Amino acid sequence: MTDDRREIGDTHGQTPEAEPFERRTPLRPLARILRARDRGQNPDAIERENIRSRHESMRDTLRARAETRLFVVGMAFFIGFLVVAVRMGAIASTEAEEPRIADNSGASITAARADIVDRSGRVLATNLITNALYAQPHHMIDPVAAAEGLGRIFPDLDVEDLQKRFTGNRKFLWIKRNISPEQQQAVHDLGEPGLLFGPREMRLYPNGRLAAHVLGGAGYGREGVRAAEVVGRAGIEKSFDAYLRDPINEGKPLELSLDLTIQHTVEEVLDGGMRLLNAKGASAILMDIHTGEVISIASLPDYDPNARPGPVQGTDPSLDPTFNRAVQGVYELGSTFKIFPVAQAMELGMVAPETIIDIKGPIRVGGFRIRDYRNYGNELSVSDIIVKSSNIGTARIAMEIGPERQQDFLRRLGFFEPTDFELIESATGRPLLPNPWRTVNTMTISYGHGLSASPLHLAAAYASTLNGGTLIKPTLLRQDGPQNGERLISEEVSAATREMLRDVVVSEKGTASMARMPLYTVGGKTGTADKPNPRGGYYEDKVITNFASVFPALDPKYVLVVTLDEPEDRTGPEPRRTAGWTAVPVAAAIISRVAPLLGLRPDIEPSGAFALPVAAN
Amino acid sequence: MTEMAHGTVIVQPGEAILSRWWRTVDRVTLTCIFILFAIGLLLGFAASPPLAERNGLMPFHYVLRQGVFGMMALSVMLVVSMLSPTQLRRLGVLGFFAAFLAVAMLPVFGTDFGKGATRWFSLGFVSVQPSEFLKPVFVILCAWLMAASQELNGPPGKTFSFIVAVCTVGFLATQPDFGQSALIIAAWSTLYFVAGAPMILLTGCIGLVVAGGVVAYSSSEHFARRIDGFLNPEVDPTTQMGFATNAIREGGFFGAGVNEGQVKWSLPDAHTDFIIAVAAEEYGLILVWIIIGLFALITVRSLFRLMRERDPFIRLAGTGLITLFGLQAFINLGVAVRVLPAKGMTLPFVSYGGSSLIAMGILVGMLLCFTRTRPQGEIGDMLRRR
Repeated sequence: MTDDRREIGDTHGQTPEAEPFERRTPLRPLARILRARDRGQNPDAIERENIRSRHESMRDTLRARAETRLFVVGMAFFIGFLVVAVRMGAIASTEAEEPRIADNSGASITAARADIVDRSGRVLATNLITNALYAQPHHMIDPVAAAEGLGRIFPDLDVEDLQKRFTGNRKFLWIKRNISPEQQQAVHDLGEPGLLFGPREMRLYPNGRLAAHVLGGAGYGREGVRAAEVVGRAGIEKSFDAYLRDPINEGKPLELSLDLTIQHTVEEVLDGGMRLLNAKGASAILMDIHTGEVISIASLPDYDPNARPGPVQGTDPSLDPTFNRAVQGVYELGSTFKIFPVAQAMELGMVAPETIIDIKGPIRVGGFRIRDYRNYGNELSVSDIIVKSSNIGTARIAMEIGPERQQDFLRRLGFFEPTDFELIESATGRPLLPNPWRTVNTMTISYGHGLSASPLHLAAAYASTLNGGTLIKPTLLRQDGPQNGERLISEEVSAATREMLRDVVVSEKGTASMARMPLYTVGGKTGTADKPNPRGGYYEDKVITNFASVFPALDPKYVLVVTLDEPEDRTGPEPRRTAGWTAVPVAAAIISRVAPLLGLRPDIEPSGAFALPVAAN
Repeated sequence: MTEMAHGTVIVQPGEAILSRWWRTVDRVTLTCIFILFAIGLLLGFAASPPLAERNGLMPFHYVLRQGVFGMMALSVMLVVSMLSPTQLRRLGVLGFFAAFLAVAMLPVFGTDFGKGATRWFSLGFVSVQPSEFLKPVFVILCAWLMAASQELNGPPGKTFSFIVAVCTVGFLATQPDFGQSALIIAAWSTLYFVAGAPMILLTGCIGLVVAGGVVAYSSSEHFARRIDGFLNPEVDPTTQMGFATNAIREGGFFGAGVNEGQVKWSLPDAHTDFIIAVAAEEYGLILVWIIIGLFALITVRSLFRLMRERDPFIRLAGTGLITLFGLQAFINLGVAVRVLPAKGMTLPFVSYGGSSLIAMGILVGMLLCFTRTRPQGEIGDMLRRR
């Protein structure tokens, strides 16, 4: 398409006679042409010469422009390489990170979770180094044989499903969350390079089911092949999850107020009592009334926190073993409540233990009839109202107090809000209050119906009432001294209340006579509440029985609340369901075994020829 | 009489080829190329044993191959650099048609080696990637066309070269090979720029790119996320670039030490696309800076030598070749430090690769030929302008 081009560089060298650059020179300037013709020269030479010089000048402009642009290109390259070099330096001067195999390798997971111990430092929860088993099917030599081998080692694995997954497209899959050293060795012996172990820690509860509801259980959060995050699932493990995981607390175990031995004893006796009395559930709370420390808290049925069962769907939540009756369950607590209006009335100066109250009944109010379990006559002293558990008597006292002051006192005792207890479940133990609070509610609540609260609420309120009258908040953490909370009632009223509760046990007509025991003095109040029928009204033959007790009765240190769900003593001719026949003997058995463990000195009952002046105690 | 009987004694005009070559060739660039090749062999000792192990070969099998191919490439380079520009132009244009034919035949006879892109002819002992050979001859053809368009009454060479470029890119993109396509486009653009692209077009292009980028960034969430992810200093350590970044960090200034590197075991392309990461990890920032310095020196020096060149064809051809060379090196290095998004591209003379090494030898040979010192008519200028 172009002519056979000359060596341009050479032509440049051969043009010394080129004319100076003149842009507007016409190719055939008439004057020169005419002159050339006159001389007989060929005028075409002039045109060729002019074309050549025009070409020359055009080339010069192009070359100048190309020079600038080449310079630009060169600078661009220089800057580009400079940027790369600087960037290299910047990266090289930063700190190197550990190269990670995969995003889920777990390098960012801090593993050490603090232990949980009881009040004497005995381990309740600790960590165990273990291994997770995972597979990388693309590294497997014989996926089918590997699946069969795993099926022999772990009979719970589905071999066919494993084979399907090993031969699929997946590059990674977990097989077991944690395995024992023996299982690990067996997997090693399979000799399959695509089966790998990821070291991790697992949470271990060496005491098994003991204090299951307190500890709750733990599971895995983020999982990597080098570590896995242990996360609290329930109980104290969940409520203190951040504390336990904080690396700053490594080596500093969480000290609970629980006592391992006592917790075990309580659970053992409670379990026996629950079976003997055919109850479907039971709970017990043992609490120090000065410090608020919960020494033991049990709920039956329980579970093993090492293998926490999943939630039971669709049935009564109280059948779920993970349901904490002592904290989450809210029940009408029955006659155990009677002590509160009596204490409040004494505090207000309205009555004294000897004041006689009219108990002629039944009381009719708002379409309800309030009557006693038995007819106790026309009048009783305040002390006897507690001893014989007269609904009418307490209702009369409550009406004297009035609904506002009643609500105020119950609110200060903590019955209006969930407890501040350190279990994650305590927030769900919200008391059920009547709304609106009618006259009939004032009356029924005085003997523990119409207001539902958890056994823990009751234990805390008893502690507050009986410890000399200062508010106690239950706690699961070990304390160093008494709480010295807000004063609710005076020392004297508190002492009078204690005497009444003691009378319930020792009096001939008392409802808790089965709590009498040779070496220890116990006071307490029984409560038997009909269970509400979900279809409305109350069951005739299903009760919740409580026994809120305090011991040693003369110088109280501990409160024990025992609750049985649907107990039935079938040993007699007729089934006996009242608290005096069910909750009281269980509580008595617990106290008789626990009191020595608590280091309590046996009380010698001041009676008979050996009677000592009260002052001597 | 003797002369009549036997012909005249042939006397070479001027001096001998070799001495003339040695006097006029860009010896600095030549030295740099040799140093780069030596560094490539050194890094091959570090980077290729994992590959050899994977393929069940002797540890330094690939170093040996690299040495043999390197010798061939360097010989080709020297021979090519001794040719004259005219010869190169003629051979180059013929070569373009041959290489273009080879690329066009790829869908029929090529293999993909299981990598998903049909780019290679397998010749048994060696696999040839024809697009590597296509690049330098494409530049020769385009430079010739553009230079011709600068002649008075010349053909519309810029239009022709544009058509050629579009066809070539079209064929490469179907393989698909976007890296080589991008190089071809960049080389053609640089040629067009140096050949005198109108200023209006340039500003228009820049404006379009900027405006398009802004619009895409603000309107398309996907695009914005890609850009943000690219600008983000945090790099996912599981990607190739994550490994490369870590390797550079691991190496620091003086390197982790010979054979102490880990990245070559995790990166499948450690001996080719990410050879600079191996260099950084084992020998440290010093060697990396030396490598970058060598490439920058070659590129900038060649461009400055071309600034003095008066022949449009030589100037354009040289520019195109050095653009291919410098850009390929820049992209390879830039990917490792995340200045650029990931794109498979070898580091000239340093990365392992048989056919790419020889193609690069041809390319640099041509470049050396075009940057040779020639009389540029400066004396004529002086005489003319007085």
